Amino acid sequence: MITIDGVTKKFRKTTVLDNLSLDFGKGDRIALIGSNGAGKTTLIRCILGQYIHSGTVSVNGLESRRNREKILGEIGFVPQIAPPLKMPVGELLRFCAGTAGIGVEAIVSICEHLEIEYDEFKKRPFNKLSGGQKQKILIAIAMARKPELIILDEPTANLDPHARQILFEMLSERGDLPVLISSHRLEEVAGLVNRIIELDRGRVVLDDAVEDGGEMSARIDCRITLARTDDAFANTISGWKFSADKNQTTWKGQVAGADRLRFFGVLARYSGLVDGLEMGSKQEKRGDGK
Amino acid sequence: MRGFWLATRLDISESLRARWFVLYSLVFGGIIVMLFMFGLTESRVMGFTGLTRLLVTYIQISMAVLPIFILITTVRSLAGDREAGIYEYMLSQPISLVAWYWGRFAGRFVAVFVPVFLAMAIAVLWGAMRGAEVPVYHFLWYSALLLSLSFCFLGIGFFISSLTRSSDVAQSAAFFVWLILLLFLDLILLGLIIRAQSAPGFVISLALANPLQVFRTAAMMLFDPQLIMLGPSAWLILDNFGKAGYLAWALFYPFVLGLVFGGLGYFVFRRGDLP
Repeated sequence: MITIDGVTKKFRKTTVLDNLSLDFGKGDRIALIGSNGAGKTTLIRCILGQYIHSGTVSVNGLESRRNREKILGEIGFVPQIAPPLKMPVGELLRFCAGTAGIGVEAIVSICEHLEIEYDEFKKRPFNKLSGGQKQKILIAIAMARKPELIILDEPTANLDPHARQILFEMLSERGDLPVLISSHRLEEVAGLVNRIIELDRGRVVLDDAVEDGGEMSARIDCRITLARTDDAFANTISGWKFSADKNQTTWKGQVAGADRLRFFGVLARYSGLVDGLEMGSKQEKRGDGK
Repeated sequence: MRGFWLATRLDISESLRARWFVLYSLVFGGIIVMLFMFGLTESRVMGFTGLTRLLVTYIQISMAVLPIFILITTVRSLAGDREAGIYEYMLSQPISLVAWYWGRFAGRFVAVFVPVFLAMAIAVLWGAMRGAEVPVYHFLWYSALLLSLSFCFLGIGFFISSLTRSSDVAQSAAFFVWLILLLFLDLILLGLIIRAQSAPGFVISLALANPLQVFRTAAMMLFDPQLIMLGPSAWLILDNFGKAGYLAWALFYPFVLGLVFGGLGYFVFRRGDLP
């Protein structure tokens, strides 16, 4: 699907990608990880045909810069930082739908799936929305045209657990179609991928397969028992849509399979408070969306 | 073509929302209102009266204000968009570079030309309603000259935006270009004649390569066909061009210059990093 062959990108004297060669095939769900400045965003921009570089980047055999328009029709992209667009959401959606040759309603339906009420937001300037709202709209735009490849740059940074769950389900519904997810923290995306590529100073330092548990859309029943009530914990766990008993010492809910590591990270902050944790069997999401 | 229209529409609606556009429209609208307020249509200086006098004054003020307004607002918003990461996202959509660049060019042209034209058109309409004689010939020529001048500076603005990576540098470059063209209206040319003893033909050729001077001379020619106000330079211009030839030059030269700079800007944009 994507072949990166001997790609070097320099900004003045700084080499950001250093003779990089990689192959992404169908079925690859890749985590592109690395610290800041490792070259992740630059690599993504090369794939999107935005940078001039030495070496070649081709998507389905077509050189990415020369065939930008055709290639971008097959790629859905969600940037790390939402662009500070002053235009109303409705106008952004019209523009993106127009370039992709789809109807605005295709994007709107995904927005609503992600709990963004289009009628409420369509006249609001995009840059005035919250980080999470912007992220959901960009995800909806990327997903609506059913692209062959999805590129997500730090996709879950601004999403609440419920929205992440929906995103995981949507990614899961794509089946074998490839996904490239960039993140500087592996635990954020580990459950979503079956291959990890780590970059450091523009070079690949790790390219490894990870066990594919097929659990992206799975939900795990979870029960937490607390030693005592705690307002901060209640606030945090409510964000994961957990509900408590009368005493507020037992909380029940579901965690997305792909979100387990992140969930453990959250619980670790309250380790002195947690008396017990039970995680039940995984439930695959049913095809009818219920 | 769909991408082109999408980009055009996007730029027009972005401009309509921008503060610079409000200020821009207020300036040109304000000039017309002030000219009416100060009774310019009633004054009689050098034989001009009514709407003709108003148009002559408006066109002279436009020559000073329009180019710098177009240059600064264009480079500020285009280079600013790139700097803010808007290009990264918008150009990740399946739109061709030619449609994006020229679509925005067309949209911006509408945004900068329409307020200037409308201010003048409304003034003429208002004057006509109050019983003044409508100088149709002058109105059409001034509109055409303003169109050509706007296009020229828009092309230069797009070229500067493609060359520079930061809006600060772009604004400084735009200001510098405008200043040079302004200085070449009179000051440097006088210096060339007096200090460097350059041949008048060379100096006048330099003047006629300056789109600001071309516009200025053509605007002058419309109410002073013999260019008496220009002095001896008029002979060279009229001998070489004739009135019709010079007006054609004034109409097409800035337009072509804008197209060339716009084209060069596209060439630079297409060959470089997009975000």
